[in-house]
Amino acid sequence: MEETTSNGQDSTASPPLGKPGKQPRVRAIPGRFGSYGGRYVPETLMAALQELEAAYAVARKDKAFRNEFHRLLADFAGRPTPLFLAERLTQELGGARIYLKREDLLHTGAHKINNCIGQALLARRMGKHRIIAETGAGQHGVATATVCALFGMECVVYMGTEDMRRQELNVFRMKLLGAEVRGVDSGSRTLKDAINEAMRDWVTNVRTTHYLLGSVLGAHPYPTMVRDFHRVIGQEARKQVLKAESRLPSAVIACVGGGSNAIGVFYEFIKDREVKLIGVEAGGRGHSLGEHAARFDGGGPGVLQGTYSYVLQDQGGQIALTHSVSAGLDYPAIGPEHAWLHDQGRAEYVSASDQEALDACLKLARMEGIIPALESAHAIAECIKRAPKMDKSDIVIVNVSGRGDKDIGILRENVAF
Amino acid sequence: MAIIFKQRPGLVAYITCGDPSLDISREVALAAIRAGADVIELGVPFSDPVADGPVIQRASERALRHGTNLAGVLQVAKQLRQQSNAGLIIFSYLNPILQFGLERFCAAAAEAGVDGALVTDLPVEEAAEYLRAMKSRKLAPVFLAAPTSPEKRLRDVAKHSRGFVYAISRTGITGTRQELAGDARSLVERLRVHTKLPIAVGFGVSTPEQFAEVGSFADAAVVGSAIVQRIEQNPGREAAAVSEFLASLTGTAQGAVGKG
Repeated sequence: MEETTSNGQDSTASPPLGKPGKQPRVRAIPGRFGSYGGRYVPETLMAALQELEAAYAVARKDKAFRNEFHRLLADFAGRPTPLFLAERLTQELGGARIYLKREDLLHTGAHKINNCIGQALLARRMGKHRIIAETGAGQHGVATATVCALFGMECVVYMGTEDMRRQELNVFRMKLLGAEVRGVDSGSRTLKDAINEAMRDWVTNVRTTHYLLGSVLGAHPYPTMVRDFHRVIGQEARKQVLKAESRLPSAVIACVGGGSNAIGVFYEFIKDREVKLIGVEAGGRGHSLGEHAARFDGGGPGVLQGTYSYVLQDQGGQIALTHSVSAGLDYPAIGPEHAWLHDQGRAEYVSASDQEALDACLKLARMEGIIPALESAHAIAECIKRAPKMDKSDIVIVNVSGRGDKDIGILRENVAF
Repeated sequence: MAIIFKQRPGLVAYITCGDPSLDISREVALAAIRAGADVIELGVPFSDPVADGPVIQRASERALRHGTNLAGVLQVAKQLRQQSNAGLIIFSYLNPILQFGLERFCAAAAEAGVDGALVTDLPVEEAAEYLRAMKSRKLAPVFLAAPTSPEKRLRDVAKHSRGFVYAISRTGITGTRQELAGDARSLVERLRVHTKLPIAVGFGVSTPEQFAEVGSFADAAVVGSAIVQRIEQNPGREAAAVSEFLASLTGTAQGAVGKG
């Protein structure tokens, strides 16, 4: 949350429907990443988004807010997280030195808590005491339920019924924390449908409710604000790797659903042109539309749930169904800043299949004693492919965005001993 | 321009095109026009209708299941225009229009005889290029005004709208409600300061009483979910059912002001 300016947010590329011509608008915070981003929502939500943007613009510069945010990140969430040299994995793969950024060690088990603390503080400043959220894997739902318990706020979490089935443990955790979990039975009954339902709740209760969106998605200011709350991941990692190795890494690898953990760990390295940034999407179980969630491999620019970005869709603009073994990556759009990083060539996006992620999960468990979330396992899978081809003098940082306890049920179904 | 409200309250009828088929959508639209609708909103089904309640969500799913697309909706508009002078508005989420192509959409809509469009998730701020393209084809952009819109937003919504302004009766999604919120009347009053355009009130209008009530402060009522529900519940006689429903809805109100 420091006041360095972003790269590219002042780009002159045109948004999909042209620049806002004659209406010069003073926005506290830029709402676009090149041509991506923006604010495509029903009129009822516009005032709330403007109010949120204004509140955040003031809060991000307010020392007291920042101090409180960082105090809670340290004392409640457990930051900083370690940067761990994975020696056995490094030896086994025989190439680059592999460091793991241990977001899995945070309270609630994933990076998601960073953003939840930030937005809950903001909601409190805005006088909104009812919080709603969507969740895919359940990590964002658990983190939201957690901060709501901490702040004494009412909490409703929307979750696709398919995700409730495969992430049963997290459903129970949310309930334990006092949240109400509302199952969503429409569409593919996953993250996208949970967001639709959360937006419908918000449009109905917008005067009293803050929508605690869990990724760098949605209408402005969410993609920027959520990224800012996760920047701390990259800030720590950069300092830690410089301390350990006295130089920057050759590559930083992270999984990308909406893209919050990835943008969080990438952001501080964007200006370091020599550091490769690699996002790993869900390759699912096949290449055809509906079998995966690799937006850069079959998707194209479009508008979904408030933002203009890469979207998996058919020719008529209907949003495609997606599949991934990991609920957190099972979503048809990617955060708009990733779309911009992709088009600029600043970040590279690849995919890992369900099977590669499952294999990587097992490998990390056996070689390093760390069971990663299946989302994070996609990043490990790319590291396993890439590290052997790199030089021994190279350094790779993999963001282990969450831990795998929540996935025990799926692992049990898919891993044979 | 065929957006004219002949009596008060005027009637704007929404249907989700392609539910259950494009042919039946056309028949229902014609029946609605015969029953007094001044304007037909031809809804383009979308996979993720975040502003819609369960009734229109289900209708959209049914319409998409057999491949309804924007081109098909424009075809319905073209056929309707050959048989009627009623106002025709394309009602869509943004992405189907973006993928069809904005210029291509405006050209095709004008060619079909459409009067205007309402894009649910396109607020005025993001609409510069859309406004230009619509204007170049003499199409009327209709924008939404919400109870939560502050004065400045209402001014912009009024400034950029043509044909009429669509006032949302309450915060929330589409669907019927027992009573209209007090929000609607005050929103219309606030809008009047900024525009001489007719103001249509929508979201939740489903009974003769509500229809008459809207007539006491607005120029027209939009009826959507209640129509779509009649279509859902009357397979095989959709047009007749909608016709009967609209007759019962408007009979009282338009009779009461002595013009029906």
